[in-house]
Amino acid sequence: MLTITGLSKRYKTGDEALTDVSLSVPDGQVLGLIGPSGAGKSTLIRCVNRLVEPTNGSIDLNGVELQRMGSSKLRKARRRIGMIFQEYALVERLSVMENVLSGRLGYVGFWASWFRKYPQKDIQEAFRLLDRVGLAHMVNKRADELSGGQRQRVGIARALIQDPELLLVDEPTASLDPKTSRQIMRLICELCEERKLSAIINIHDVALAKLFVQRIVGLQAGQIVFDGEPESLDASVLTQIYGEEDWEATSQNDKANDAHVVDDSDKSEQDGA
Amino acid sequence: MNTSTPVWQRRTSTQQLLRWFAWLVFVAIFVACFMYISNRTEWFFVFDGPRIAADIYNRATPPRWSYIEKLWEPLWDTLNVATIGTALSLIFAVPIAFLAARNTTPSVTFIRPIALLIIVASRSINSLIWALLLVAIIGPGILAGTIAIALRSIGFCAKLLYEAIEEIDHDQVEAITATGARRSQIMSYGIVPQILPAFAGITVFRWDINIRESTVLGLVGAGGIGLQLQGSLNTLAWPQVALILIVIFIAVLISEWVSAIVRKAII
Repeated sequence: MLTITGLSKRYKTGDEALTDVSLSVPDGQVLGLIGPSGAGKSTLIRCVNRLVEPTNGSIDLNGVELQRMGSSKLRKARRRIGMIFQEYALVERLSVMENVLSGRLGYVGFWASWFRKYPQKDIQEAFRLLDRVGLAHMVNKRADELSGGQRQRVGIARALIQDPELLLVDEPTASLDPKTSRQIMRLICELCEERKLSAIINIHDVALAKLFVQRIVGLQAGQIVFDGEPESLDASVLTQIYGEEDWEATSQNDKANDAHVVDDSDKSEQDGA
Repeated sequence: MNTSTPVWQRRTSTQQLLRWFAWLVFVAIFVACFMYISNRTEWFFVFDGPRIAADIYNRATPPRWSYIEKLWEPLWDTLNVATIGTALSLIFAVPIAFLAARNTTPSVTFIRPIALLIIVASRSINSLIWALLLVAIIGPGILAGTIAIALRSIGFCAKLLYEAIEEIDHDQVEAITATGARRSQIMSYGIVPQILPAFAGITVFRWDINIRESTVLGLVGAGGIGLQLQGSLNTLAWPQVALILIVIFIAVLISEWVSAIVRKAII
């Protein structure tokens, strides 16, 4: 269970990115975080593993307070928090296998990682995960040879090999085409289900979020303005989060498209399998 | 009718005037400098130049090919000075680059300026001047030449390398940090793979430059083929000078060829 209480972040430039955000994510829940660009979504998830230092507030993951830790304790805590990025953030010049194994860096010493001497257990797990995300045949390819969807799958495997208690996912589909986006979202949600893993997913695509997540939180100018089921996300709420727009027209179009595309991607995924 | 036609000009007339004035000042300075230099030149010698050059060319040809036997050893020395000097400089340049890069330095206010100062100091002094100093300090020979090459190369390599470090993709570093890696591991997984191509390119580029620089170090007594060149020039042994110049030309040609191959292979 992740509990965030009274979290605020003010950048050195004076921009107030988050104001008094409180949020708790029970085990096994997949939460979609939506909101306009600059609302503080990225800052929020980066405050959890302290890639960004929060100004105020407390973050508690399964009874461990993250915001007061010294650097070596923080390192140990980060091992149990997996992170997935918009631009995949793979080490481009390393192989797929090296990228996946880099998820174990927190558990092995410097020289072991320098000479790529990972424990056999980790290597087996890496093979198993690559098989699970459908990249068993790409093990020795360099990361920069892969397509966007394949790279994101490597990113997912890297996060999962950490054996995390929580996944932080930053715009996983923003750089992908609509079909791949759905496949990636489905994969993330399936894996969370399999492992009873909780996740916070930043996402721009509201329709996509509604399709996959169990709970949606709307962030606007650094404050939570909506927290509820995907079904209760209607035009008035969207206006509250994003501002005035003809939401009915777009969402109706979306619905028609959704039905169509979902069928499509399901079919092709089966074809591929 | 014309009043309604929209007029567009690249610059306003004030800007135009200012630019014209700037050009005027530039031309005036150029003419003044030319006259200054011209007044202090013995034009007789300059006009006599082609004749003298032709005379030297006649004396220098054909090159004294048999002299090559005495050049092998200094040529080998020259190669070693360049190679060992480059290697030696990298030992210092790599840590200095990490201390100088904004995103890896431990302290922007204290350590970074010191690292930058070392880089500027090393770069501001030519190898030949380093060699002059070192010949005075540790005596003439290859050692002085090697250290001179190394000292000059530290700044060059560190500067290019720290610029490469500052240009890396921060996402990859962030991703490795998020796994709970140590600082040393963030360096070896997040940063090193990203700067490796730049590092290889900088190394062969500097080695290539150092081959050229080490050929002249002998002029000040710091070993290598330059020593023979100086000796031949002093005794007006033009056929030997011709041969040495040909040998240097071929050596530089080969070094450029090698560095091109290495660069292509690594990147």
